[in-house]
Amino acid sequence: MSACLEIRGLSAVLPNGQRVLRSVSLAVQPGEVRALVGESGAGKTMIGKAVLGVLPKSVRIVEGEMLIEGEDLGRLDAKARRTLIGARTALIPQDPLTALNPSRRIGPQMTDRLVRILGWSTERADKRIRQLLDEVQIRDPERVLKSYPHELSGGMRQRVLIAAAFAAEPRLIVADEPTTALDVTVQKQILRLIAQLQRDHGTAILFVTHDLGVVAKISQKVSVLYAGKVVEEAETEALFAAPQHPYTRALMAATPRYTDPYASLKPVDESVLAGLAVEIAAADQAWRPGHG
Amino acid sequence: MDEASVARRGLSPRLWLAGGWLLLALLAAIFAPLIAPQDPLAQDLMLERLPPFWLDGAEPGYWLGTDSLGRDLLSRLIFGGRIAFIVAFAAATSACLLGSALGLIAGYFGGWADRIISRIVDVWMAFPPVLFAILLVAVLGTGLSSVILAIAIIDWTRFCRVIRAEAMSQARMDYVESARIAGYGRIGIMLREVLPNVLPSVVALLSLEMGIAVIVEAILSFVNLSISTDDPTWGSIIAEGRLSIHQAWWVLVFPLITLILTVLSFSQFGEALKARFDPVLR
Ligand SMILES: Nc1ncnc2c1ncn2[C@@H]1O[C@H](COP(=O)(O)OP(=O)(O)O)[C@@H](O)[C@H]1O
Ligand SMILES: [Mg+2]
Repeated sequence: MSACLEIRGLSAVLPNGQRVLRSVSLAVQPGEVRALVGESGAGKTMIGKAVLGVLPKSVRIVEGEMLIEGEDLGRLDAKARRTLIGARTALIPQDPLTALNPSRRIGPQMTDRLVRILGWSTERADKRIRQLLDEVQIRDPERVLKSYPHELSGGMRQRVLIAAAFAAEPRLIVADEPTTALDVTVQKQILRLIAQLQRDHGTAILFVTHDLGVVAKISQKVSVLYAGKVVEEAETEALFAAPQHPYTRALMAATPRYTDPYASLKPVDESVLAGLAVEIAAADQAWRPGHG
Repeated sequence: MDEASVARRGLSPRLWLAGGWLLLALLAAIFAPLIAPQDPLAQDLMLERLPPFWLDGAEPGYWLGTDSLGRDLLSRLIFGGRIAFIVAFAAATSACLLGSALGLIAGYFGGWADRIISRIVDVWMAFPPVLFAILLVAVLGTGLSSVILAIAIIDWTRFCRVIRAEAMSQARMDYVESARIAGYGRIGIMLREVLPNVLPSVVALLSLEMGIAVIVEAILSFVNLSISTDDPTWGSIIAEGRLSIHQAWWVLVFPLITLILTVLSFSQFGEALKARFDPVLR
């Protein structure tokens, strides 16, 4: 059975030639949660955007393949790629406020996609949305469906977005720091909800986070990203039991209690970062697109 | 929305004062033949320069006095409103449709569409607007339709610039990206997702532009380049009033007040409507 998502040797550059992704390879198997962890600026969001086909215009993919359920995105024309991505994937975004259209009510905004893109009947879409709102434990769906996004709290908005992401039964969800913009107390609930829905629906998730505590809670596998490069990947338990790469160890040392996602971060050990910088500079020197 | 915000919005004095004046002026213009106390064109040298009703020497039925040819000022203002409103609606709507459409395309699509449209706007805005209007009317010939056309041709850039900037900031929002991921087409996203978010600004600008159109029409009549018939317009009344300011100040002052009230009302009404329609502000 092919992986739900497979990325092979993906490299991307900025217009000035600087690499933002360095031969990234990772796979997400059906129904599993893979965490993608790294510090801010490591390129986590970039990987998510590449998979979903929404990279900024300035970022160019120079090599590598991306396959969704065995279908190579690079071999599809633009329209077929959009259709495939639209049907099989969904995004749970970082900022639940700007991810909802401020001038449209929640209800139409949620059903619109099912009806217009996937061709469901209005009744079926409506029923489905209500079922999902129930699953994300929204107790007053009538009010929420009639609300504008700014009339809801941040936590409510993120629940709505989680419901929307699962509504069309995607095979893969990219969750990009879905709890980062939320209050600490709400973060835990949202994380639990995502885990719950993920289990119930058997959806594969690429879970982007900068937080090892979240990694420990939600994922079975983990890839550690530094400067656009996957420096280590492992089963989550194995990674915490015996981190192999110096950067992973430094990252863990910087998160004193990684089981507590809300512990404050210390800076990562500088000597480790200096070593990595040398390693990456050497790799960039030797790198030619197509031969890296 | 809750009860309290309904009450709050219902009481917005800006909306009601400005809207009230505009409605009054519009109704007066539409029903001018029924309302106007006198024939606006009837001259009577026996009645020249009658003062407004509260001054000595006023005649009943000539509430705001008469001009130097003995024509009733109030009736002329009421009939002048017809041309003012026709120009305001027609010119502002045309400028709005053209400018907003181009602005939306430039802002949302960016790239070469934006470069071409923005360049045209820059070149356009290099002309001083009043000079541009006079030049255009000189070329198109005087008359109602060329005044309307001239205002639309000059002022679409006002809409284009603002809507382009707003569409651009909307296009960067995550909800647009989510719509892309879901599989919506670009034009569908522009019309269904982005347009509703720039609409409040379009409405505010449209109302503001109506006020501007009223002024431009007045300026063109003032320099005798607008409507060439004898029909009174606010600008032509002001031009005549200026000549007799020392003998009959009212011929200048009342049309000026009418003009200013109308222009201010248009801009305030637009702002109030925007606040009311904007889902985040309200
Ligand atoms: N629109 C963009 N254009 C060019 N470079 C960008 C853009 N967005 C982010 N970057 C750069 O790409 C790198 C990776 O960013 P990102 O994927 O957002 O990191 P993360 O999500 O891990 O914090 C960063 O160095 C950032 O400066
Ligand atoms: Mg990010």
